[in-house]
Amino acid sequence: MATYKSVETRYLEDRRAFFRGLRNLDRRSFLKVSAAAMGAAAGLAAPHSFTPVSVARGAESPPGAAPQPAFRFAYISDSHLYERDVNDRFVRGLLRAVDDVNNLDPQPDFVFYGGDLAQLGQAKELELGAQILKNLKAPLRIMVGEHDWYLDMGQKWRELFGPPTYSFDHKGVHFVVLNSVVERDFWTARGMSPMERMRTVAGLDNGLQSPFTVGAAQRKWLQDDLARLPDDARIIVFSHSPLYKLYKPWNFWTDDADEVQAILKRFQRVVVIHGHTHQLLTNRIGNIHFHGVLSTAWPWPYAPEGMPEITIQMSRPDPFNPHDGCGDGEIHVHPDGLVDKVYSLWNRNPVTVSRAYMLSAGKESVPPLPNRPSY
Amino acid sequence: MRNAPLRCPASAAAGTICVLLGALAGCAQNAAPPGATGPNASERPPAITPVAATAEPSAAAPAAAGGETVAIGACDGGAAVEVPSSLTGQPLADSLMDQWQRDHPEANWVAEQQERHALIPPADNSDLLKGDQGKDHAYGNYTERDILTWARETEKFVAEGSRIFHSADELGSTVAVSCDMCHPHAANTHPETYPKYQTQLGRVALLRDMIDWCIENPVRGEHLDPNGAKMRALEAYIQSQRKGVALNYGKH
Ligand code: HEC
Repeated sequence: MATYKSVETRYLEDRRAFFRGLRNLDRRSFLKVSAAAMGAAAGLAAPHSFTPVSVARGAESPPGAAPQPAFRFAYISDSHLYERDVNDRFVRGLLRAVDDVNNLDPQPDFVFYGGDLAQLGQAKELELGAQILKNLKAPLRIMVGEHDWYLDMGQKWRELFGPPTYSFDHKGVHFVVLNSVVERDFWTARGMSPMERMRTVAGLDNGLQSPFTVGAAQRKWLQDDLARLPDDARIIVFSHSPLYKLYKPWNFWTDDADEVQAILKRFQRVVVIHGHTHQLLTNRIGNIHFHGVLSTAWPWPYAPEGMPEITIQMSRPDPFNPHDGCGDGEIHVHPDGLVDKVYSLWNRNPVTVSRAYMLSAGKESVPPLPNRPSY
Repeated sequence: MRNAPLRCPASAAAGTICVLLGALAGCAQNAAPPGATGPNASERPPAITPVAATAEPSAAAPAAAGGETVAIGACDGGAAVEVPSSLTGQPLADSLMDQWQRDHPEANWVAEQQERHALIPPADNSDLLKGDQGKDHAYGNYTERDILTWARETEKFVAEGSRIFHSADELGSTVAVSCDMCHPHAANTHPETYPKYQTQLGRVALLRDMIDWCIENPVRGEHLDPNGAKMRALEAYIQSQRKGVALNYGKH
C-alpha cells in the first residue's frame, strides 16, 4: 500500500535522490538530468553550478526546430533585504513571493530573480536572500542588481550565485542574463570607503554615482554569444536596468543601451525583462519588447519625463498599505518567443500585458487604465 | 521644543565667520549657490582658495618664517588663528578661510547636498536691484549682498531638509528606511495639493500631517513636533522640489 506523501516530502526526496545521483555523473550526463531534478537542485546551496555558459548551453534544442509548446516561468525581484533584525518588512515581502510562486499549480519551468536581493550588498543580507530562495520548488535563475554589487564589487554575490553574465537555452528559447549595472569609477577620486560607495549607489536620487552600463566587455560577450543564432531565433534577455534610456537621474537608464540594442536589432523578435523600476512598465522599440517587473519591497514613483507611450501605469500606491504596488508575477512564453507578462499585485487584481497588446502597439487587449495616475 | 535652531553641522558657525570675512574682503561663502548669478558673480574669488596658491609668499609659512604674526579670534568661539601681520585684504581673508575650512571638514555640506541630490535653487531676485525707486526707499534699498544672503540662507534650509529626508538615522527610523527610498527627489509627495482630505485619516490634512504620518508608518520613526526644526526643514525641501508647479489644494 502506497503511503501518502506531501508535496514537500516528495520534493525533498527528489532532491536527495538527485544529489545522490549527481556524485556519479560526469558533466555531459549531468546536463541530461531531468528538468524536475533540476528544479529540486535549485533549492540547494550551489546553484552556480547551473549557471556557467558552457554548462547551460549543452541543454539547448536547435532554434529552427518545430514550434515548441508555450511554457511559463515566474519572477521575483528587488527585495532589498536588510538583515532580519534591522528590518523584517522586506524579509516578509520575499517570503511572501516565494510562497506565491510555490503555490503555482502547475509549477513554472523556473523562477527568475531580477536583482537587488540585498539592500546594502552585505554578506549577511545576500546569505539571507539565498537561504529564502532555496525554498523555491522550481529552479532558480538569478541576476545581479546594483544593491548586490557595490559593497564588495560582487565578490559575495558571485560566491553564492556564480558569474553574473551567462546564457542558457530552454525549450527553444535562448536566454541571456546581463549585468547591466556597471558604473564608471566615481569613488576612488572621492576617497569613498566601500560602504560609502554602496550607499551612494543605493540612493536612487544620488547624483554622485555614474550611469549604468553593460560595458564593452559584456557587449562583446553578447555579440559572440548570439553570433551562432539565426535571425528568427527566439531570444529573451534579462537585465537589471531597463535596456533603454528612460530617466537618467534615477538610473532608469542604461548608458550604452543604443549599442546593446544594435546587437539585438538583427533578430526578428527579442524580449527584454528587467528589474530596478519597481512598477508596471512596458516599452517597445522596433523588434524589442521591454517588460519591467514588480518589487517585493516597495513601489517606485513614475519618472517625471521620458515615459514610454505604450506603458499602462499602475495607479499611485496606497501609502497606508505597505505592500500595495508590490508583488511578483509570471511570464508566459508563446511559441514565437514573445510573451504575456502577468503582474501579480498583492493588493490588487492581477494585470496582464499581453503579446497581442505589444504586437498591436497598444491598440488591442489593453489592460485596465489607472484611476490615480502619476502626476 | 519650539523654535529650536536647525542642527546644521558647522553651518551656523560657517555663516558667522563668512559674514565676518565677507565684510573684511568681500569673500564668497564656501558653498557658493549654483543659482547665484548676480551681476558680478564671476568677479568673486573662487570659494576655496588654497593660501599658498594665491597669497604673498610670506603667507605660505606664516610663523615659521619668523615674521610678525597676529592672532585673530574667530567669532564662532573656536581657537584663534595666527596670520602674518603683513597680510591685509583678500590674502588675509583667504588665509583665514583656508585655515578655518581645514578645521571644519564638513563645512561644504550644503554644496555636497546640492550636488548629490540635485537641489533646485530658489527664485532669482536680481531684478530687485533694478529700478530707481529702491535707492531712496529704506525697505526697498537692496544690495547684491542682500540678494545673495537670501539665496544662501534659503538654500541652506532646504539642504538641511534634504539631508534629513535622505537619512534614516536623522529621521529616527527603526527599520533603516528613509523617505527617498519611496520618494526619490521627493517625487509623489505633492505638496501643492495640501490642504486636502485624507480618507484614511478621516480629516483634512496639511503637508506636515502627511510627512508625520509617513515618518510614523513606512519609516517607523517617532512623531515629529510639527513646529520643530526637522519638520520645518522637511517641509522646506519637499516644497522646493516642486518649484514651479501650480498650487492646487484638495487634489487627489
Ligand atoms: C515605503 C515607502 C514610503 C516611504 C519610506 C515614505 N513614503 Fe511617503 N508615501 C508613500 C506612498 C506610496 C505614498 C502615496 C503616494 C501618492 O499618492 O502618489 C506616500 C505619500 C506621501 C505624501 C503625500 C503625497 C500626496 O500625494 O498627498 C507625503 C507628503 C509623503 N509621502 C512624505 C513622506 C516623507 C516625508 C517620508 C519620510 C519621512 C516618506 N513619505 C516616506 C510611500 C512611502
